Amino acid sequence: MSAHPVQTASNDWLAICPASAIPLLGARVVRTALGNVAIFRNQDDQVFAVQDACPHKGGPLSQGIVHGLTVTCPLHAWKIDLDCGEAIAPDQGCVARYPVQVRDQHVYLSLTPLPRTTET
Amino acid sequence: MEKQKLVMIGNGMAGVRTLEELLKLAPDHYEITVFGAEPHGNYNRILLSPVLSGEMTLPEIMLNDLDWYRDNGITLHAGRKVVGIDRRQRVVTADDGTVASYDRLLLATGSNPFILPVPGRDLPGVIAYRDIADTETMIATASAHRHAVVIGAGLLGLEAANGLLLRGMNVTVVHVGDWIMERQLDRTAGGMLQRSLEAKGMRFLLAHHTSELVQGESGRVAAIRFKNGDSIPADLVVMAAGIRPNIELAKAVGIQCNRGVLVSDTLQTFDPAIYAVGECAEHRGVAYGLVAPLFEQAKVCANHLAQFGIGRYTGSVTSTKLKVTGIDVFSAGDFSSADGTEDIVLHDPGLGIYKRVVVRDDKVVGAVMIGDTADGSWYFKLLKDQQDISNIRDHLLFGQHGLGDVGHKGETVAANLPDDAEVCGCNGVCKGDIVKSIKGNGLFTLDEVRKHTKASSSCGSCTGLVEQILASTLGGAYQTTQSKDKPVCGCTHLSHGDVRTAIREQHLLSALQAMKVLDWKTPSGCASCRPALNYYCLSSWPHEATDDPQSRFINERAHANIQKDGTYSVVPRMWGGLTTPGELRAIADAAEKYAVPTIKVTGGQRIDLLGIRKDDLPAIWADLNKAGMVSGHAYGKSIRTVKTCVGSEHCRFGTQRSMDLGVKLEKMLFDMYSPHKVKLAVSGCPRNCAEAGIKDVGVIGVDSGYELYVAGNGGIKTEVAQFLAKVKTDEEVMEYSGAFLQLYREEGWYLERTCHYIERVGLDHAKAQVVNNATRRRELFERLLHSLQGAKDPWAERVEAERTSALAREFQTLEATA
Ligand code: SRM
Ligand SMILES: Cc1cc2nc3c(=O)[nH]c(=O)nc-3n(C[C@H](O)[C@H](O)[C@H](O)COP(=O)(O)OP(=O)(O)OC[C@H]3O[C@@H](n4cnc5c(N)ncnc54)[C@H](O)[C@@H]3O)c2cc1C
Ligand code: SF4
Ligand code: FES
Repeated sequence: MSAHPVQTASNDWLAICPASAIPLLGARVVRTALGNVAIFRNQDDQVFAVQDACPHKGGPLSQGIVHGLTVTCPLHAWKIDLDCGEAIAPDQGCVARYPVQVRDQHVYLSLTPLPRTTET
Repeated sequence: MEKQKLVMIGNGMAGVRTLEELLKLAPDHYEITVFGAEPHGNYNRILLSPVLSGEMTLPEIMLNDLDWYRDNGITLHAGRKVVGIDRRQRVVTADDGTVASYDRLLLATGSNPFILPVPGRDLPGVIAYRDIADTETMIATASAHRHAVVIGAGLLGLEAANGLLLRGMNVTVVHVGDWIMERQLDRTAGGMLQRSLEAKGMRFLLAHHTSELVQGESGRVAAIRFKNGDSIPADLVVMAAGIRPNIELAKAVGIQCNRGVLVSDTLQTFDPAIYAVGECAEHRGVAYGLVAPLFEQAKVCANHLAQFGIGRYTGSVTSTKLKVTGIDVFSAGDFSSADGTEDIVLHDPGLGIYKRVVVRDDKVVGAVMIGDTADGSWYFKLLKDQQDISNIRDHLLFGQHGLGDVGHKGETVAANLPDDAEVCGCNGVCKGDIVKSIKGNGLFTLDEVRKHTKASSSCGSCTGLVEQILASTLGGAYQTTQSKDKPVCGCTHLSHGDVRTAIREQHLLSALQAMKVLDWKTPSGCASCRPALNYYCLSSWPHEATDDPQSRFINERAHANIQKDGTYSVVPRMWGGLTTPGELRAIADAAEKYAVPTIKVTGGQRIDLLGIRKDDLPAIWADLNKAGMVSGHAYGKSIRTVKTCVGSEHCRFGTQRSMDLGVKLEKMLFDMYSPHKVKLAVSGCPRNCAEAGIKDVGVIGVDSGYELYVAGNGGIKTEVAQFLAKVKTDEEVMEYSGAFLQLYREEGWYLERTCHYIERVGLDHAKAQVVNNATRRRELFERLLHSLQGAKDPWAERVEAERTSALAREFQTLEATA
């Protein structure tokens, strides 16, 4: 499993679960001080972490279907790009992304949100 | 590998659409060069009419601006006309001397307007109506002159006349025929249309033959004279008397032409290096003059240019729609009253409504409509799909909505809707938004509108209305897809039928395997195709295929319905709507224990516990299991409920034991997975208290046995179930219903309810398998029982897995530790 290289203070990382606890093309939910965070794993074994709340009406993205770099929200089928956190057109909105990585078969999450990738 | 060279001559709608399709399939295969005689990018020619009438502006109708060519690495020579092709050296030459060599050449030169060979045809002020330059000339003339004459009362002529009228000119339409639009309309409809155009101020001279255009003192045209000697003033003459495929260049270099450039079903000319699409091409004797067929050609042509070599173009049925705001005209197919055809006509001169549907051998072959064209796209679909209409013939003329619909306050005529009327109730999209998006984004299909506006992308009940808006905005350029050939989704070009056949023939056992073998365009599909593939594998190969939970919608993955706040609802099964004190007590206990906020009796005769946290699901299921209750599958594309009435067990009118039979049916079908949800009902007598008339399978007890009804639906669009058969015993009811449902499971497309499936294949097809052929019925029934063998309660399975496997604890929220 690989995750995007991210800059974060090393003491920031929180241990979450064994990598095998996230199903391929699936997700798990983590309760955090910042609300629920969804950790996804896609076909290519990449992991992503985003706020578990759809920019549309707050639907739990963790419960959606994962495909490519995208998750389809279970409530009204908005598609969210997990890599940049943006909704796919024609929908507009974005979710907060968090650094996540897999070390020694274990998943670690940081709660310092990544910067937005596009301007609004 | 060095790229091959593709040169395209003609930068119009058909050609550029071919390039777009090609870039989607093989973006790097060719180095592309385009020559266009007009000095513009590619624009939406059909919207020249609203530009002329002042409803739109030129920048709004551009489809591909110059950036598009640059971004796709296409060399565009705009404003350069190709004058020569050297087929031996494979080089084309333009009028300014530019040359380009090719490996493949695409001719897309469109048509030339037909100019009447009368004296004065070259005078200033005499023009055709084909391109931006013509439109600009008309707009300029309208501000300086008074009298306009349009020759030809076809679609183009009437749209030109309407535009000039709105620009303040005095407009007369001259036509050789006895009524207007005679190629699209019958005499009655033509007369009605003429009267409504006259009411707007247009004047008509029918059966008039032009003999001369007369020059005035200024040097420009001043009058038009007819063979009968009459003449009228004319400062502007627009020739709209037809088009001729533009084949000059092809003919000059010896490419076989008839009326148009001759092409095969792969859009190849007699020179295999040269293809032709669009109005310049003649395919099986037809040169088309509307956009929809040209786009179909573009698709096939691109496929062959990309060297995929699949797909053949076999011709198109066309429909037309006049784009004059406030006037609704629709026509499609053949309505010449040939032998063996029957006319079904509704004519209300008072309301200005005329509808004529022409039927041959129980199929629609043509339709003409004036005034109320709401159902044009529906008739056109029936026509293209060659659907058997014998079952709906008695209300065919009342339209699709005559078949029952709710949700739009009875408002079904798109043309009458104001811009701020809400069309899509699920996504809050108004008519104005849709029209704006169609025009602004150059949309042509329902799917494109769904993608851009979300309209009709949720429950789909406004699909008909959106199709009408497309049709009235685009005229004949609106493409209804033949439902049979429609791809499953954007991840593939294969249709549901193709995919299903492949899964059966190639023994494909999982959604992921199917995507790999069938060359899916996306690595892991999407939320539309994966659930469909998963279903097709499981239903084709019971006990063999692997279920992929991640290819199921969350409700099926969690065995519960997700709610708007992310909690879930739990609906235990109550067989046939019956329950016991013990079950009720267990439900009450569970509700208290898990602090269930809402308890509701559902429309399906059972009890719903709403607002349960996902983490609690396995525990509440375990409790319900202990009381002998199992999943109600209220969440699944599966057997839902079998509603029953009290029946002869208690009721003074009852003729059959409906509760008992309902419970037996529900137990037989337990855990049945299907293309969409399945609901049954059993009533004990024809008073039908269980509402069997709107169920996928409805059973009505009568004194001598049971009547079976199928393909009813009480949801988005109410469909009354159709009579299937009359049987005597409970066992027969089970066998017939089971066989029917198995047929649906094997042939229905994913997310097609039984009513849509039967609408597609016809009830006769189902009767032939289930009623008239006892062997086939038994086979179907046995296959159903085989696939249901050993069905387990998904709740119990889940509870068990929670105890035994680590991954199975997936319902639990994780905690973060530092
Ligand atoms: C709970 C219930 C309403 C109620 O409180 O009575 C219900 C609730 C939902 N219905 Fe229904 N339907 C319920 C009876 C019905 C009925 C009546 C019936 O079954 O007799 C119908 C019309 C009959 C029919 O289906 O032919 C009905 C027609 C629909 C439709 C339209 C289906 C169609 O083909 O047109 C949908 C949308 C869909 O399935 O795509 C739908 C979808 C839904 C969903 C599942 C929406 C969703 O996907 O989340 C609702 C879940 C609500 C939730 O938050 O849990 N529901 N729904 C009923 C559950 C019955 C049961 O015991 O299982
Ligand atoms: C006003 C108007 C309204 C219409 N309304 C509708 C409607 O409502 N519905 C509908 O379905 N259809 C409508 N049509 C018809 C539709 O626009 C045409 O069917 C469609 O544009 C044809 O596409 P094409 O690519 O074959 O030809 P075109 O779009 O005409 O493109 C051909 C291009 O090739 C160029 N060309 C020709 N020869 C050469 C050469 N030797 N070298 C370089 N370039 C060359 C031409 O300049 C032209 O730009 C309408 C047409 C008009 C004019
Ligand atoms: S329960 Fe059914 S009718 Fe009611 S809001 Fe939900 S989907 Fe609509
Ligand atoms: S809440 Fe996600 S699509 Fe509506």
